[in-house]
Amino acid sequence: MQLRKARLATALTLAIAVSGALTACGGDGDETASPPAGSPTVNDADTSATDGDDAGASADDGAASTATAWFLTGEPKESLWGASIDTWNQANPNQSIAYEAYANDAYKEKIRTAVGSGSAPTMILNWGAGGTLQEYVASDKVVDLTGRVDDALSRVLPSVADAGKIDGVQYAVPNADSQPVILYYNKELFEQAGIEVPITWDELLASIPKFKDIGVAPFGIAGQSKWPDLMWLEYLADRVGGPETFNAVVRGEENAWSSPEMLQALTYIQDFVEADGFIDNFASITTDSNADAALLYTGKVAMLLQGSWVYGTVKNEAPDFITSGKLGTFPFPTVPGGKGDIANIAGNTSNYWSVYADSTTTDQDAAVGYLNAESYTDTFVDALIDGGALPPVVGIEDKLAASPDADFLTQAYDLVKNAPNFQLSWDQALGSVAAQELLTNLDQIFLGQITPEQFADNMNATIGQ
Amino acid sequence: MRRSASNVPRTQTSGVAGGRRRTGPTAWMAAPALVFFGAFALIPLVGVVVLSFTQWDGLGDIQFAGLTSWRATLADPVTHSALGLTLRVMVVSWVVQAPISLLLGVFMAGRQRYRAVLAVLYFLPLLFSSAAIGIGFKAMLDPVFGLSSALGIKWLSQDWLGNPTLALYTVIAVIAWAFVPFHSLLYQAGVRQIPRSLYEAAMIDGAGGWTQFWRITVPQLRYTIITSSTLMLVGSLTFFDLFYVMTQGGPGNATRILPLDMYLTGFRSFQMGKAAVISVILSAIGLTLSLTLNRLSGANRMESQMEGM
Repeated sequence: MQLRKARLATALTLAIAVSGALTACGGDGDETASPPAGSPTVNDADTSATDGDDAGASADDGAASTATAWFLTGEPKESLWGASIDTWNQANPNQSIAYEAYANDAYKEKIRTAVGSGSAPTMILNWGAGGTLQEYVASDKVVDLTGRVDDALSRVLPSVADAGKIDGVQYAVPNADSQPVILYYNKELFEQAGIEVPITWDELLASIPKFKDIGVAPFGIAGQSKWPDLMWLEYLADRVGGPETFNAVVRGEENAWSSPEMLQALTYIQDFVEADGFIDNFASITTDSNADAALLYTGKVAMLLQGSWVYGTVKNEAPDFITSGKLGTFPFPTVPGGKGDIANIAGNTSNYWSVYADSTTTDQDAAVGYLNAESYTDTFVDALIDGGALPPVVGIEDKLAASPDADFLTQAYDLVKNAPNFQLSWDQALGSVAAQELLTNLDQIFLGQITPEQFADNMNATIGQ
Repeated sequence: MRRSASNVPRTQTSGVAGGRRRTGPTAWMAAPALVFFGAFALIPLVGVVVLSFTQWDGLGDIQFAGLTSWRATLADPVTHSALGLTLRVMVVSWVVQAPISLLLGVFMAGRQRYRAVLAVLYFLPLLFSSAAIGIGFKAMLDPVFGLSSALGIKWLSQDWLGNPTLALYTVIAVIAWAFVPFHSLLYQAGVRQIPRSLYEAAMIDGAGGWTQFWRITVPQLRYTIITSSTLMLVGSLTFFDLFYVMTQGGPGNATRILPLDMYLTGFRSFQMGKAAVISVILSAIGLTLSLTLNRLSGANRMESQMEGM
């Protein structure tokens, strides 16, 4: 009997270890994985100073704020956001905001369950008016900020500020650099191969054998990370059919994924893989270790299509590559008979702050106060520029021109300012189900495991889900 | 003989047996464990079963949906492939790990010189966290900047984690690297418990090392083999962390095993209903597997291996 009981217990324990994995990850159970929310582990020194102030004033401090903010790890922004909140806290000890930083992927998983379970921070970092923010709005989880954050928005490029709106209502306020996806190239290798910057897709294809002749791969790509694949489809779909190709998907039109334009864009990708446009074994390369940027600055590949943050990475890891003038950029080429404007860009317009609807009014007021007072202050903008990042702020042309990275930043700024269409990254623009399907199916397109038609069928099934 | 003997008193004098048990440590000593078991195992399990009959995106209200999630999950080709992959991981892992662990364990149980030093080296992977192992191997397997360029061996530049066929076996190899030490430890302990007199007697009878291994070591290790195999098989069923860190289920769905499928469905696609269905399936398979293994192996009878000693 005892034995049988023990056996059953063992079996149950094993079984439950499985199901436990699901429940343990959700809701409030995360304390083991990270410090408890609201305890500002990142800024120990500064909050202890704030705590000191509070202790002195605690008697008449009944409505002190317990506002919190979560943001992403990774310099320079992690320190910038921290310092910006510290500044606010010092000036407004009664409306102080505690903060914590999380790694990107972990954050995306944690914030969602936190928002759903009522334990989210007052200030929710997001990627603007895409699928996720839309889902927050649909569940009334974020506050309407229209008219309350005009001071903050007045500093921002209108197109970027508008990307925080859903149906004309401002739910999100930009809080970071603009991250357009940029086509980088190694000028030295282009000279060696005797190639001019390609303007059209055919010219790009024609350059492939010439790069192979000098022993380098044309393009680097971090295929294992999946989402860098997306940048290719975002640009090609635009170049073939203009912004409308993807807008039809966003509107939820039936069979929007099997439009001739989308299929053509997917075919271009498979042709390019077939033609060895990408480095060998690209499907084993990851971007979390910056291996793709390293391919570019070590001269293993001639070109790389990646976010504007790659400039900061190169600046950090191989400054010589920039100072010696090897790094260049050019717009993504046009395709024959395509409708997309060559000035259209894709990427992340910015990161954004939204305010959590389930937090107290006091906390929400603290957050709104912070947004108006500290959004894109001169210190913040200067620090972004110093890091080689691009603030989406009006009237900073002079600042950019005076920066040591003036070449890149001015170009990128004009790119963002003048783009007729700035397409938000598709995995952010779509709902979570469709976004995951998209990443997997596109991965299979790159691997040649499925045809464009199968891709379209699989993706059409997610419309309206 | 012993077997039937133990059966007889149980049927005849069950009342006495119950009375005798009370003379041991009080049952209350199990209470803390039971409370934890209930709070962290049974209640979540019930929660998951309930959740499997709902649809929930993690944000809005939980909606009861009857069998919708079950139907969708059971018809989903991704889940089918995940189940197939899980079984393959289970079998291949066992085939790779069991013989290596057994041989290493037997080797380390010896008392010759330098074995202690080697044993320490073998145990090192046991000290690392899975996440660290995953990140480390991922960096080493990078086709351009990884081991191939560090060691200058061109052959090492393969599409290790990017080739749909190769990726699964690459991760299985890393799993073996990480878990063989643990199972070797089990075997080492098992071997050290085998009485030397058995070997001495065998030697007098003229049995060589090979015969001794097959006729004494392996039969004597029977329960260790069962324990270790159960841990390996059920362990591979719940395998998650190395796959999550190294491949995230990719390329395509080539390494999306069931636990990962559950996680990605739940915490990337936020289809909690479907994820709950997958975890119920996983629990059921795990439970069946460990019960079956126990029954088949006769471990529940636990008769002595030392009869006549």
